Amino acid sequence: MALQDIAGTTDVGRGSFVNDPKIRGIFFQAVVVILLFILVYWIVGNTIENLRRSNISSGFGFLSGRAGFDVSTSLIPFNSDSTYARGLVVGFLNTLLVAVCGIITASIIGFTIGVGRLSHNWLIRKICTVYVEIFRNIPPLLVIFFWYFGVLSVLPQPRESLHVGIPLGGENFISFGTYLNNRGVFLPMPVWGQGSWLILAGLVVGIALTIFVARRARIRQAATGEQFPVFWTGVGLIVGLPVLAFLLAGMPVTLDLPVASTFNLVGGLQVKPEFLSLYLALSFYTAAFIAEIVRAGILGVSKGQTEASSALGLRSGQALRLVVIPQAMRIVIPPLTSQYLNLTKNSSLAIAIGFPDLVAIGGTILNQTGQAIEIVAIWMVVYLGLSLTTSAFMNWFNAKMALVER
Amino acid sequence: MQEHDLSYVRTEMVLAQAAPAGEKGAGAWVRKNLFATPADSILTIIGLLIVAWILPPFLDWAFFSAQWTGADRSVCATVAQGGVQPDGWSGACWAFVNAKFMQFMLGRYPDAERWRPILTAVIFVALLVPLLIPSAPRKILNAVLFFFVFPFVAFVLLTGGWFGLRPVETPLWGGLMVTLVLSFVGIAVSLPLGIILALGRRSQMPIVKMLSVIFIETVRGVPLVTVLFMASVMLPLFLPAGVSFDKLMRALVGVALFASAYMAEVIRGGLQAIPKGQYEGADSLGLGYWQKMTLIVLPQALKLVIPGIVNTFIGLFKDTSLVYIIGMFDLLGIVRQNFSDATWASAQTPITGLIFAAFVFWLFCFGMSRYSIFMERRLDTGHKR
Repeated sequence: MALQDIAGTTDVGRGSFVNDPKIRGIFFQAVVVILLFILVYWIVGNTIENLRRSNISSGFGFLSGRAGFDVSTSLIPFNSDSTYARGLVVGFLNTLLVAVCGIITASIIGFTIGVGRLSHNWLIRKICTVYVEIFRNIPPLLVIFFWYFGVLSVLPQPRESLHVGIPLGGENFISFGTYLNNRGVFLPMPVWGQGSWLILAGLVVGIALTIFVARRARIRQAATGEQFPVFWTGVGLIVGLPVLAFLLAGMPVTLDLPVASTFNLVGGLQVKPEFLSLYLALSFYTAAFIAEIVRAGILGVSKGQTEASSALGLRSGQALRLVVIPQAMRIVIPPLTSQYLNLTKNSSLAIAIGFPDLVAIGGTILNQTGQAIEIVAIWMVVYLGLSLTTSAFMNWFNAKMALVER
Repeated sequence: MQEHDLSYVRTEMVLAQAAPAGEKGAGAWVRKNLFATPADSILTIIGLLIVAWILPPFLDWAFFSAQWTGADRSVCATVAQGGVQPDGWSGACWAFVNAKFMQFMLGRYPDAERWRPILTAVIFVALLVPLLIPSAPRKILNAVLFFFVFPFVAFVLLTGGWFGLRPVETPLWGGLMVTLVLSFVGIAVSLPLGIILALGRRSQMPIVKMLSVIFIETVRGVPLVTVLFMASVMLPLFLPAGVSFDKLMRALVGVALFASAYMAEVIRGGLQAIPKGQYEGADSLGLGYWQKMTLIVLPQALKLVIPGIVNTFIGLFKDTSLVYIIGMFDLLGIVRQNFSDATWASAQTPITGLIFAAFVFWLFCFGMSRYSIFMERRLDTGHKR
């Protein structure tokens, strides 16, 4: 309203609706909606016409068709007679698998490097800086290629597999039962025999008891000030109960070791190089970003907090655990969430090396059936769903960690 | 006033004493920075072991055992692999990079026309460098030339078809040239588009706001690969039959839309950081919406988020490597493609090519991040609390 007074446009009255911001806003939005509608109408018309010409029927009916392709890595049984829908589920599970493994490893490396960048030790600080500056500034796809073509595919043939272990000199050798060759890593695989459920039950009971003990200890400390060694009790319960169950059940778990045969290794758990290079690359790449976030978080806690906690008589470990880290986590969590999401999204680079994740399998189906719109819609829904779930969880965690002010 | 006898006060300064012997020199530095506590010493030893484990083998591989010149794979393969090197040899095959250098830079651009991308690159550098140096004169002319004239010159030079230049189809483009074209266009499109989306997201108009939010959140929620797939598979479906889009153009649309969503969020952060008083002050001066934004709010907001904008540029630059997945050959793609060249295929070729590509990418990204730190310091007008 004040506009025209200062602009001095005399011929337009104060009440003129041409200059009313509300009416202008409505007019402008109406134009946007009409333009958008025309655009969508034009696109939909073109799409229908194009689909009709190339004889592609739209709809999700194609999902029950026979896949006709095989996948190299699958968590659930899959063969070329399975349906496309099952193929997409396989891809989704593989995406989840690589994302979860990658997030765990990237967090461990990232926190270590991030703390290392703040070390008093010059050498450690420099090593961590070099790591961060290298990995932040090269594309993730290049890191994936580096592991896949540069490292894993130049490992020896299966016949000359590298045997992982600690050499003791001469023939003595502590074997880990693990082999490395250009077909991946071969690990010993536990075989769960009769009565193995007791071990799982032991683990669950151990975790439940630990939570219970921790809660009791907190209440007691709040009431009386007495502390209770929750950490070691928890370790004892979580590790001890399953071990006890293992012994009580008569040691039902055996290890299936990989054994060298004429051409390949037989038995054990084979981790394919595609998975390995994707997993390693995503972990190493994202770790550089997590390190920077952790560093910023720790630097964000003012020095007075550390000094105050030492004035209260806390040891440096206690000060870190009880004072610095809880406050740093508050700064760290929001950007950490977006890094986790980035890692999940970057797992779609799997298609470049042929790891069958959601995008790679979707791409294969797209090429076979030509159902571009449906496949892209499935991708979008799944990734948006993953994003929203992760951010919902991290928001909950963030709210739990957030500062409760007066 | 009473006269004091001040004879006990020194009239000249005492010379500074030398620092204690234990507090200066290399020995003290080492003790303080490397061996302060027993735990520190252990860390130092671990660090030294890591360095000793990585650095000498790498230096040996990259320089001392490396092959710098050669005509084919035989210089980079051991006798058992059909080459000339002794068994157990391992070294970088720089001869491969040397032989393929022009291809890594320009792709399959015809030999006779190579002067055109090179000339474009020279103009690019000649315009960019003075633009980046704050003290260089004629900034406005320079910027106009760089952002408005240069794109047309580059377009004419690279594609040809005018002024008697032979047309060069984009499928022949490749290498660093494609990487740079994609990033330059991506940056030039995503910044204004991002500003508009950010303003839309903070707009009072509910429909504009909703559309901006939907676009930003959808694009940010999906991987670039799917956006590129969409651009390469679905764009042709959306257009009338017969209208065909160049593959490079489709990739450009995908990359630019993707980057603009991220840019919008960065700029929104800047807009939110501007105190409300600035908006109200502009209103009370009688500025209209666009005047308020371009004269008051955006200059402050953009300055605040320079690090974020440059980070988005770096992300965009790295993300251009993904066009390999939709069948285009940027720097990384063309290096990858050459692994299977029978003349050069050897155990050392892939890793050498990848390290070369990594070095080029690293150089650009590291340069951008250093320049952003420099600009941040320079533009700091001292309003920080």
